[in-house]
Amino acid sequence: MKFDTPATTNPIDQLKVVGKPTDRIDGPLKTTGKATYAYEWHDVAPNVAYGWVIGSGIAKGRIASMDLEAARKAPGVVAIVTAENAGPLDKSKRNTATLLGGPEIEHYQQAVALVVAETFEQARTAAGLVRIDYTPADGAYDLAAVKDKAEKTKDGDSVVGDFAGAFAAAPVKLDETYTTPDESHAMMEPHATIAAWEGDRLTVWTSNQMIDWMVTDLSATLKMPKDKVRVISPFIGGGFGGKLFLRADALLAALGAREAGRPVKVGLSRPLMMNNTTHRPATIQRVRIGATPDGTITAIAHESWSGNLPGGSEETATDQTRLLYAGANRLIGNRIATLDLPEGNAMRAPGEASGMMALEVAMDEMAEKLGMDPVEFRIRNDTQTDPADPNRPFSQRQLVQCLRLGAERFGWAKRNPKPGQVRDGRWLVGLGMAAAFRNNLLTKSAARVRLDQRGIVTVETDMTDIGTGSYTIIAQTAAEMMGVGLDKVAVRLGDSSFPVSAGSGGQWGANNATAGVYAACVKLREAVAQRLGVNSADARFADGQVVAGNRKVPLAEAAGADGLSAEDGIEYGNLDKTYQQSTFGAHYVEAAVDSATGEIRVRRMLAVCAAGRILNPKSARSQVIGAMTMGVGAALMEELALDKRAGFFVNHDLAGYEVPVHADIPHQEVIFLDEADPVSSPMKAKGVGELGLCGVGAAVANAVHNATGLRVREYPITLDKFLDRLPAMG
Amino acid sequence: MRPFTYERADSPAAAAAAVERRPGAKFIAGGTNLLDLMKLEIETPAHLIDVNGLKLDTVEATPDGGLRIGALVRNTALAADQRVRRDYGVLSRALLAGASGQLRNKATTAGNLLQRTRCPYFYDTNQPCNKRQPGSGCAAIGGYSRQLAVVGSSDACIATHPSDMAVAMRALDATVETVRADGTTRTIPIAEFHRLPGDTPHIETALLPGELITAVTLPKPVGGTHVYRKVRDRASYAFALVSVAAVVQRDGGGRVALGGVAHKPWRVEAAEAEMPRGAKVVTAGLLADAKPTHDNAFKLTLVERTLASVLAEAKGQGERKAETP
Repeated sequence: MKFDTPATTNPIDQLKVVGKPTDRIDGPLKTTGKATYAYEWHDVAPNVAYGWVIGSGIAKGRIASMDLEAARKAPGVVAIVTAENAGPLDKSKRNTATLLGGPEIEHYQQAVALVVAETFEQARTAAGLVRIDYTPADGAYDLAAVKDKAEKTKDGDSVVGDFAGAFAAAPVKLDETYTTPDESHAMMEPHATIAAWEGDRLTVWTSNQMIDWMVTDLSATLKMPKDKVRVISPFIGGGFGGKLFLRADALLAALGAREAGRPVKVGLSRPLMMNNTTHRPATIQRVRIGATPDGTITAIAHESWSGNLPGGSEETATDQTRLLYAGANRLIGNRIATLDLPEGNAMRAPGEASGMMALEVAMDEMAEKLGMDPVEFRIRNDTQTDPADPNRPFSQRQLVQCLRLGAERFGWAKRNPKPGQVRDGRWLVGLGMAAAFRNNLLTKSAARVRLDQRGIVTVETDMTDIGTGSYTIIAQTAAEMMGVGLDKVAVRLGDSSFPVSAGSGGQWGANNATAGVYAACVKLREAVAQRLGVNSADARFADGQVVAGNRKVPLAEAAGADGLSAEDGIEYGNLDKTYQQSTFGAHYVEAAVDSATGEIRVRRMLAVCAAGRILNPKSARSQVIGAMTMGVGAALMEELALDKRAGFFVNHDLAGYEVPVHADIPHQEVIFLDEADPVSSPMKAKGVGELGLCGVGAAVANAVHNATGLRVREYPITLDKFLDRLPAMG
Repeated sequence: MRPFTYERADSPAAAAAAVERRPGAKFIAGGTNLLDLMKLEIETPAHLIDVNGLKLDTVEATPDGGLRIGALVRNTALAADQRVRRDYGVLSRALLAGASGQLRNKATTAGNLLQRTRCPYFYDTNQPCNKRQPGSGCAAIGGYSRQLAVVGSSDACIATHPSDMAVAMRALDATVETVRADGTTRTIPIAEFHRLPGDTPHIETALLPGELITAVTLPKPVGGTHVYRKVRDRASYAFALVSVAAVVQRDGGGRVALGGVAHKPWRVEAAEAEMPRGAKVVTAGLLADAKPTHDNAFKLTLVERTLASVLAEAKGQGERKAETP
């Protein structure tokens, strides 16, 4: 189904099932331990052996020698895979460093060997007996040190008007630099894969967000036909972008299984997750804003520097600044430098998550310079069109409504605009806010829908559920389209034998995958109508029956003994060119700062989101509160601590890499504006899972400033960065 | 993890004898630290002697009015003990500031004292570490050292001791009771139990090979207001940036021990004499010989400010107590 004109009324608009806060249909499987995660497939592959990945002990250089003898002789060892015996491998275009390194080493903990043994413990023990000598080489590890060597990215700068002139002439100006650190996805489930060969066919049970990317990249890396690889990943214990790609677990499981001649299971240890896989790269961001005294922005510039391995991509931290606020003169662009750290890549809301942490603090600082309320300053500079192209409207943009409703619900009027004034015992208390912004991305997505003689509708698509609720919203979509209850819908996901979906990433999964299911259901409705000999436009699907004219036929009967099946997908025209499609929101935060120690504790949070139709308010809320939690982490504690001499992330476990715990998140509230965006898809929905993160860190930072009067422009905002500026102890 | 053998001991002396018989053997109780370290091959014992069955799991009153805490009393049980809560509040609070509920249910009194450092370089076997591999060097010096020691450190090691419980016990003048393979016992004042790193950071306590902790004894209660303040980036489940254990008397005098600043719980009795004069003077005494790194120099300010806050809190609590009839 081609979607190239805005949606009109369709069966989803009934909202009998879609739009309801349904419990997730996979919930009982998860709470009873019956949902099978990658490492837990115990019956699919007989006689499985276990692989343990050895990562490089240096960040850059060469392996001088590798002594495998002791490991080979260790009890239970059945195979050892290294670059020397792995056979010819390609590198897929979505991987920056090779996944099996050696003799060249490109980053710390780059996989250099897989030890396969009868048991997990034997593999791990034998891996400890492998002796590797390295010849280290000098590398570049510190972004600040290589910043001046950075280059403009291939997208180029967005230049509108004369920024330099307008900024110079602006009566009120801000020019500040902000930094964000390297961050780890730190999802609960480590990367894990079981691989099994049958002749020249390979099956992997894994944990991956993008099934078709995985099939494409695994087959390309192994230099084998794509149709010989099957990927199965129905349940995923968190991904946040860390599982978008083929990683070492899957490749090495496949190589290990080939070498061992039997199925092999590989899970990455937690330390490997920090240095072997991908991370959100650090940024240095310079923001300049010029305005007239009434708060009208006349000039805005946002530049961001990040680093990556050669060939790696930049963190697109300035992209939201192209679209979020008006301003006639603009200069916006990303810069990239070469670093020899592990690969930087997407982590939840790549670009905006880091970029909003800078831009929205700059907006707060600018409001303060102007003597304006920060909410009003943002409203003053709202725009309903792309600031670089006035002929290109936003499909929907309710930013102002989010800001105003949030201010009202949060009690913003009670905020003392003068910072450092409010005390509660030994705590300094402040309120902060930020806009939320994340683009809505359209990407094609297909599904297959079957109707059987029991009246059961089964949806099959390679879409993934990374804990987001994909199973449930897909079931709701099919139930709405086919006029059945959720109990008559079965959803099967995460299998490359199913039609290719949008996958999970960039908050595009919900809207695109359900739109694909919508398309397949339209086709199934046509097949049902055809079988009954009625015009599909006249057929109404409700209560498990098809009603056409004076005929009323149960779906089960219409399906017949053989059932009916339909497959289709959604494909998009130019609507995302004609219109700018984005999601909007507002974050409000109350934070308290210990006047003695500088410890920061968030007290309450509110997010107001305008993100098209909310397909399931319950799972959408879970997405947003999870994102808000991640935003608190980014603001206050999350940082991959870098050893700038040796080039690796030092705090490579969950004791050292701190993410918020329950005690850090006392109260969260989420409001969704009632919105439907007919330009986005037949579902009229958009993404929301990343919107909930974008701006949170800045809102926390702005609350800390309101509490203390202190600005920290270097995330995370930890007490050591401002302790000496707190008021003297009485 | 290296393969190891395992046995259960049936008496403290037998346990000590079993370790003495087998070079490279270790005791295991809760295992909350040791098992993690074994999986990473930071600890590679060839033999484990399980001491959980030794019945050292009671808290008993001593004849002089103190408490004798069995080595195997779990952190959860000790924190909840009515006598501890009433007379040694700083200990109960320190225990509850540590780890998580699940870990405290497993972790024992003796095991808590014997926790190994959380220095991240100690945890990465690709990196040199004098504590893990004597003579290999210290990657933490000149590296990422925000969490590490500011005082009592050496050119060989800047690790800290991670325990909260031990900091409170240091303030309470606890003593550690032990037994050796031949059945002889001794008591070690907690001040002498943990060592500074010096040139031998791998030797962390005064225990001799095979020596088993059987109990920790607290002297009779000293009264006063008990405060334990643990400063950290997140609200729970994090090791201290610094912590302060304080027992403050009505005249402003008392005791102070620090966590998160040194290779052992840090107390300087001479500095305590200055408590009535306030945190600045006491901190100057406590941290007189501090040698912080660039990353952790903030701890000097943090100790002073935290101590000031603790003393103010204790004063307020003491006054409220005095007003209560």
